[in-house]
This record gives sequence, C-alpha cells and structure tokens, in this order.
Amino acid sequence: MECVFGMVGKGFALVVADTSAVNSILVHKSNEDKIMILDSHKLMGASGEAGDRAQFTEYVQKNVSLYQFRNGIPLTTKAAANFMRGELATALRKNPYMVNIVLAGYDKETGPSLYFIDYIATLHKVDKAAFGYGSYFSLAMMDRHYHPDMTVEEAIKLAEQCIEEIRSRLVVAPQNFVIKIVDKDGAREHSWRRTTKD
Amino acid sequence: MARYDRAITVFSPDGHLFQVEYALEAVRKGNAAVGVRGTDTIVLGVEKKSTVKLQDSRSVRKIVSLDDHIALACAGLKADARVLINRARIECQSHRLTVEDPVTVEYITRYIAGLQQKYTQSGGVRPFGLSTLIVGFDPYTGVPSLYQTDPSGTFSAWKANATGRNSNSMREFLEKNYKETSGQETIKLAIRALLEVVESGGKNIEVAVMTKEGLRQLEEAEIDAIVAEIEAEKAAAEAAKKAPASKQT
Repeated sequence: MECVFGMVGKGFALVVADTSAVNSILVHKSNEDKIMILDSHKLMGASGEAGDRAQFTEYVQKNVSLYQFRNGIPLTTKAAANFMRGELATALRKNPYMVNIVLAGYDKETGPSLYFIDYIATLHKVDKAAFGYGSYFSLAMMDRHYHPDMTVEEAIKLAEQCIEEIRSRLVVAPQNFVIKIVDKDGAREHSWRRTTKD
Repeated sequence: MARYDRAITVFSPDGHLFQVEYALEAVRKGNAAVGVRGTDTIVLGVEKKSTVKLQDSRSVRKIVSLDDHIALACAGLKADARVLINRARIECQSHRLTVEDPVTVEYITRYIAGLQQKYTQSGGVRPFGLSTLIVGFDPYTGVPSLYQTDPSGTFSAWKANATGRNSNSMREFLEKNYKETSGQETIKLAIRALLEVVESGGKNIEVAVMTKEGLRQLEEAEIDAIVAEIEAEKAAAEAAKKAPASKQT
C-alpha cells in the first residue's frame, strides 16, 4: 500500500511519497520520511521492505558521500542511478533488496532528471514514475494531465490531484504524504498533505 | 646495526625498530606542515615547493577533507598518504553508516594511527612514510582538536604542532609564541610559524581554515595579504627595537 511517485517540471523534479509505516494491520507511524536527501541536489523516494529500504538507501547515501570526498566533485544523477542499479543487480541473484526507488536529481549541465529503479534492477530515465498500488491511480492521472515544462504550481496541483485520487480510490489509502522538490537551489522538503496529525 | 633493518619484525638488540626510524627520516625530508588550534578556528598550513613550473598546482591538494568536519595535512611520502587518506575516508562513511553518527576527531586519528601501527608489526610490509596532522570539531561538543600521528602509530593531541622539514624550528617558534587565539589571529600564527622555514609569498604556502561551518582553502591573494601584514608587523617591531637603542647613544 506504499505510494511513491515523481515527475519532472521546468528546471525541477518532484517526488511524492506516503508517510505510513505499516506492519500487516498495524500502522506504526504516519510520519515516516521515505524520501531521502542523497546529497545537495538529489532526492531518493523509496518503497518496499522497511529494513531493506533503510539499509539500501543509507548505504547508497554513504557511498555517494564517499565519492564526493574522494573526487572533490559530486556524482551526476545518472551516475548515482547507475550505481544503485548495479548494487541491486549484484545482490539480485543472491540476496535481493526488496526496494523500489524513484531518483530525482538536478545537474548544472543537464538540468532536472528522474529515474525509475525497480527492485529487480530495472533502470529507466523517465519524465514521470510511480510505484505501488497507488501507481494505478497516480500514473493514470499524470498521463492525463502531465505536459513537459510544467511550473512548480502546476506540478504541485497535479501531485495533489494524484493524492486525492489515491485517497478516494485505494481501499487502504495512506493518511499522510510528503512532497520534496529538487532544483538548481538544491533538494528540500516542499510540503505535507495530512489527514492525521501523527 | 645494519643487520637489524631488513625485516621490521625484528628488534635490534638495543630495542630499536629501524624501519620505523627510517620512516621518520622520510618524514623529516617531506614538506613542512603546521597546525594551530584556536578557540573557534583550527588552521593547517603546508609548504608548497614552487620549482615545478609546468605542473597544474590545483591537482596537488596537500590539505584534504576526510569528512565534512575533519581535515588532514601530512608530511612525507605522498603516495602512502593517498592510500591512508582513502582508507580514512571510507572509515568516516562506514562509521556514519553503522552508528548513524559522524566520527569524532579522536576516533579517526586512532583509526589512522592504528593502521600505521599495523604496518610496523606485519611481515613483508614497510611502515607508511608519513606523519599526519588531523584537525576537526567534535560533532557533539563543538570542541576544536588538533592531533598528530607518526609512522610508529603513536598519536596525541596538540595545541599547535609542526611536522616535516625544519619542524623543530617551527615547533620552537610555536612554543615561544603560542597563545589562545581565535579567527584571523590563529591564521596569522600558523602562517608566521611556516614563514620561519619557508620562502615568503602566497605561492609557496597552502593554508586551510577549519571552522564549525567546514573547511575553507585560502586563496593565494588572501595568503599574500596576510603575509604582507605579518611582514609589516615584523618591520614595525624591528624599528621599535632600534629606536630606543639609538636614543641612548
């Protein structure tokens, strides 16, 4: 029931994720941040097995930091995406990570970009991406209303429409969502959409 | 004595580990490096040999970041330094991954020193030929620290220290002139110590300043400005010394 989706706009990329931490029928908390800020200009929204999600995303973040210290410059979004895919692929036939990732980044030379990385190490560079049961609704919504070079306001409105669709149509819809954005000024939290106060 | 320096796993009869002592000699031939701890700033300064005209000086960074809050300068074999710095950088990230906290300066110094010691007690390997000066702010208490390690694997904390070429003269200068300083004063003290043994001028010195915000490498122009200030102060002090003497005659 975890929902993560993202899209690319004019000079920015957006990632939206639900914030529920669920174990069978129990909701542990509804303010779990699943969008990790990888470095100054990268966002990684992850869904899947909770332990794997934390382990894999933290491992990637530390390796991205290490690259920066070793080489004096940050990884490009494309390089980070390929690194993640490589790690997932290596572990796949032994001890797979059950994590699905939407990676959003901003590079000075190439602008904003979005990558769809699946738990079986699929990698696609895309304009819009979604994971989970929520993807049936958010992808359809984005297919209808998305157009290239949207402004931040337009993209947020589209994200809200997707969240509304998920809330009204998904049987066990998550209560709260967080929206994070990355543009030339860096990666940061944008806003929350709450129905409960936890 | 020559029979006891081939494999470092053997002590000499009078208790020396010659390979370690020869490594310290290699350090003494390396470029001068100085570190000074202030109340809110820690400064690292390294001598830059300006004889290499065709070399792109930006590719030879002598003061490096190990993590956001830790920096290192070293004297000795630069190739050995690269290996040690790489291991230290990995350890900084590994520590953050396993305990979700940044390393303290003491932890990473202990790690580097431990690595240097391992190579004095293994077969078929030689010690790392470098001494390091490690600076940083404790991520929890905000206290600034300066540590030094050497090829034998010993380490200790210092208020100010020097290593490499002519380190004794620099250390003597620091012992005579050290006092608790902050900000620009700490930078000046470090540069003054370096100028004791290095040709004056911004292109012969590399200086980096560590504050709570992080590491900042000083531009050549900035260093030149501070050097000019120091020379002016020195000239003024000389003049003041001569003036009363001439009045007496």
